[in-house]
Amino acid sequence: MEFLDLITNALVSGVALGSIYALLALGLSITFGVLHIPNVAHPALMIAGAYAVVFANARGLDPIVAALLLTVPFYALGIVFYEFYARAFEKRGRGNTLQSLTLFFGVSLVIEIALVVAFGTDLRSVEVPYVGRSLEFGIVLLPYRFLVPALLAPVVILALWLYMTRTYSGLALRAVAHDDRALSISGVNPVSIKRHAFGIATALAVLAGAALVITGPVDPFAGRVQIGRVFAIVVLAGLGSIPGTLVAAILIGIAEALVTAFLSPSWAPGVAFAILLGTLAIRPSGLFGAR
Amino acid sequence: MTISRRDFGKLAGGVSAGLATPAAWTSARAQNQPIRVGCTVSQTGALASTKNSLIGYELWRDDINAAGGLLGRKIELVVYDDQSAPAQVPSIYSKLIDVDKVDFLFSPYGANLTATMMPLAKQRDRLVVGILTLASNDRLRHDKFFQAAPWGPNGADDWARGFFDLAKAQGIKKIAIVAADTEFSKTAAAGGRRVSESMGMEVVGYDIYPPTLNDFSSILRNLRSRQPEAIFLCSYPPDSTAMVRGLSEIGVANSVRLFGGAMVGPQYASLLQSLGQNLNGIVNFHLYVPEPTLKFPGIEGFLQKYEVKAKEANVDPLGFYIPPFCYAAGQIISEGIKATGSTDQAVVSKWLHENPVSTIVGQIRFNDIGDWTERRVLMAQFQGVRGNDVNQFRQAGKQVVLDPPALKSGEFVPFRQARA
Amino acid sequence: MRTLPFLVIAALILVGGLFLPQFVGNPYYFFAGYVVLQYVVIATGWNILGGYAGYINFGTSAFFGAGVYVAAFLIKAFGAPLPVQILAAGVVGMLLGVATGYLTLRIQGVYFSIATVALVVVLETLIHNIDYLGGASGMQTIAPPAPAWFGGQTQYVFCAMLVLAVVAVVAARFIERSWIGRSLRAIKASEPAAEACGVPTLSMKLVACAISGAIIAIAGAPYAYYASHVDPLSAFSLTIGLNALAMPLIGGTRSWIGPVIGALLLASVQQIATVTISSEFNILAVGIVLIAFVVLAPEGILGLIADLKEKLRRRGARP
Repeated sequence: MEFLDLITNALVSGVALGSIYALLALGLSITFGVLHIPNVAHPALMIAGAYAVVFANARGLDPIVAALLLTVPFYALGIVFYEFYARAFEKRGRGNTLQSLTLFFGVSLVIEIALVVAFGTDLRSVEVPYVGRSLEFGIVLLPYRFLVPALLAPVVILALWLYMTRTYSGLALRAVAHDDRALSISGVNPVSIKRHAFGIATALAVLAGAALVITGPVDPFAGRVQIGRVFAIVVLAGLGSIPGTLVAAILIGIAEALVTAFLSPSWAPGVAFAILLGTLAIRPSGLFGAR
Repeated sequence: MTISRRDFGKLAGGVSAGLATPAAWTSARAQNQPIRVGCTVSQTGALASTKNSLIGYELWRDDINAAGGLLGRKIELVVYDDQSAPAQVPSIYSKLIDVDKVDFLFSPYGANLTATMMPLAKQRDRLVVGILTLASNDRLRHDKFFQAAPWGPNGADDWARGFFDLAKAQGIKKIAIVAADTEFSKTAAAGGRRVSESMGMEVVGYDIYPPTLNDFSSILRNLRSRQPEAIFLCSYPPDSTAMVRGLSEIGVANSVRLFGGAMVGPQYASLLQSLGQNLNGIVNFHLYVPEPTLKFPGIEGFLQKYEVKAKEANVDPLGFYIPPFCYAAGQIISEGIKATGSTDQAVVSKWLHENPVSTIVGQIRFNDIGDWTERRVLMAQFQGVRGNDVNQFRQAGKQVVLDPPALKSGEFVPFRQARA
Repeated sequence: MRTLPFLVIAALILVGGLFLPQFVGNPYYFFAGYVVLQYVVIATGWNILGGYAGYINFGTSAFFGAGVYVAAFLIKAFGAPLPVQILAAGVVGMLLGVATGYLTLRIQGVYFSIATVALVVVLETLIHNIDYLGGASGMQTIAPPAPAWFGGQTQYVFCAMLVLAVVAVVAARFIERSWIGRSLRAIKASEPAAEACGVPTLSMKLVACAISGAIIAIAGAPYAYYASHVDPLSAFSLTIGLNALAMPLIGGTRSWIGPVIGALLLASVQQIATVTISSEFNILAVGIVLIAFVVLAPEGILGLIADLKEKLRRRGARP
């Protein structure tokens, strides 16, 4: 009975955790997966988003409402950002992996220091009525601070997926991943599509930030520990697969929760990456990637 | 915090000036030159929340200089950012010793950063005051090391002994230990295990979790089934928050009467504010709380000045945890210089080993490896915390001291009762 | 540069460096110089795979950290001397390189980069769980007195690092000019084309991985004696991985001299910034330097020089 209790709860919290991871990785699955820009600054943007949410929350706004409102300025920020990137690279062809990685590393350092200067280095958190309580359902007990962001993730992913498969600009966005030139022949400007995609990805960073800060406090350097995991999820999913991101993230969430519950929590951080290494060795294009 | 003109100047002039400037100091060092004290502070990286230690140092320097300096010489601080990275520390301390020619050293914050500079300090025979470093001199046995924090002798095992004394007094037989996989927490957990076993308690759980873990439900669930009477938690700020939240979300076994011990985090205003009344009943270590039994001369004046500076610098507004001990670290040096009339490392060290030092954190006596001869780590219980106003923690009665007995300021309330 | 003058200069630097402790009294310059040289080795090792073959190793710190912990283990278990630690670190780095390569080199481009990140976390988790090596607390690795010639431990590890740097650079230059380098460049240009021309791509990449891994790992070995204490956070630090990318980029990845220039430049700037600006603006400055280089000199300093030469040539041709 106790075993059943333990394993059920480990599975449930693994799914919830995975769902949150998916939200963190979603923006990257567009920039990295679709646009092939290895945006290592995404976690730092996420933390910037978290701070923006904390700032709004201190003025009485619910973090999720705040995040939804903040997607607009973050979208604009992403546009500006992409414009900068495009001017730096696209004229001479695309920046190669090394150049892009270095550029975005630089950007993430600048974001971190901007946050330190603006908000100081102490941990910041949001105040919401549901933090500190749990949903009780039979033997399952799930804290709301995990449940709420975990529910947000599938909604956002569904919306994004519908957008990418059902709208013209969404389809163009997916097409741009495959072939710039074909797209421009069909009369669509690939640069403006990519700019738009980068804007969406940056807007997703603020939602991710809200999810992160609801689960626990953040400091300006908190993005660093997330870099590895979000990239692992995007690659594990298969580049550019939006529903794949959710599946891969939940897989990692469950694996971590099971290891924590039954082996030892101290092995949990390695799990995601061991899965990734194993998958890449067997199936290099990820779980849902086109071969 | 805003970018001051001074910082911009540093930014512009810094790189061009390079290594050349300090070399100018090495030549003539007349008697009227300032006494230089050097250290690193983690202004960036994972330990950046400790950067308020700088305010402690600066207030000490300002107070000494306002009173005319020491032996007619002003105090000058030389402080660098170590980026919370041990790899940075050796070259910076060599810079302090060999190029800046500082007279005295403070250690960086914490044991991992300090471990990379202690052999250098010993080799150069320098006086070092340790800043909250645990057991950093146990193996090296440098005779000019002095610890500013009240861990007491045999700190690695005993610094949190107060928690176990309380457990014993409550007749607790079963204890569970949960610790973050970081240097300070693991040392605390290992020490806790030895102490509880020596007291005849049964350790029913010993869990080490990675500092990045943010879901503690399964650890708490595992603990519940083992029915511990006390839980000794050694955690860092983000996981302290998650655990305290977990207490109300998942809950602990009804058998738990004592919870806490070695949590880092609830000493800081930001966590006190966000956790608020969820903290009630937790018994945790602290180094200073504003209780009537801890009215050391100078501490209140210090905290008032700190509050003003902290606001400007956008750091922890309370400053109970680290800054007073940084000020005291300065006092250890300045009292030694005053008493001996000398800035000689050996003379000052000898005096410090032989005489008690009065500081704003109380009177300190040092043993042969520079630890306090008496442990003065506080075990304080959160009681009657209401809402999320951080200013309530400036009053007495919110963090009641239970141990050490000499400083006791209130009575222990079992965990469940205190949270009811 | 021709081979003979190159070797003469390398030998002069080596001999000059070994005599340096006799002339420079202030140990600080050896501390700071050690860090700079360490990055020369790392950047040079990184560039063999990243620059020549175009496989971006994002997890340099996995190899560096492996080197650090091999040395720490040998110190604790056998009290092995520094040269033994370095050799062992090289062997382990090579094996790790081959294993990683075998596991991941069939994946191309960014996939490979991410796989190397995974390696860092897996190794770091492993070290955290080995109590013998101190876990998260790390372990003390205080060196025995150094050979008298060097006048001190720091001078000793500095000279060791100098030897490693010279060896690494000579090896990189040799590889660059040999058939290995040509094959790797062919792979970088187009892997299918290289394969079609008869380049054994997989084994060439494995060779590059092994050499690169060995060089980065030996850069980690002397750290244990340099810092007197090893811990997983420093050994597997993100900073190492970041600098390993940034330095070749700043110098230029086409030739062996690029990473050397980049490492000397960026590591010196970092060392100087640490003790001058020394606040959060230090990191800001590094961030801005990285962005500026990518935007203004995407092919590094070597690229800038090539551009400049090209301009001068054209100007000279016009009148």
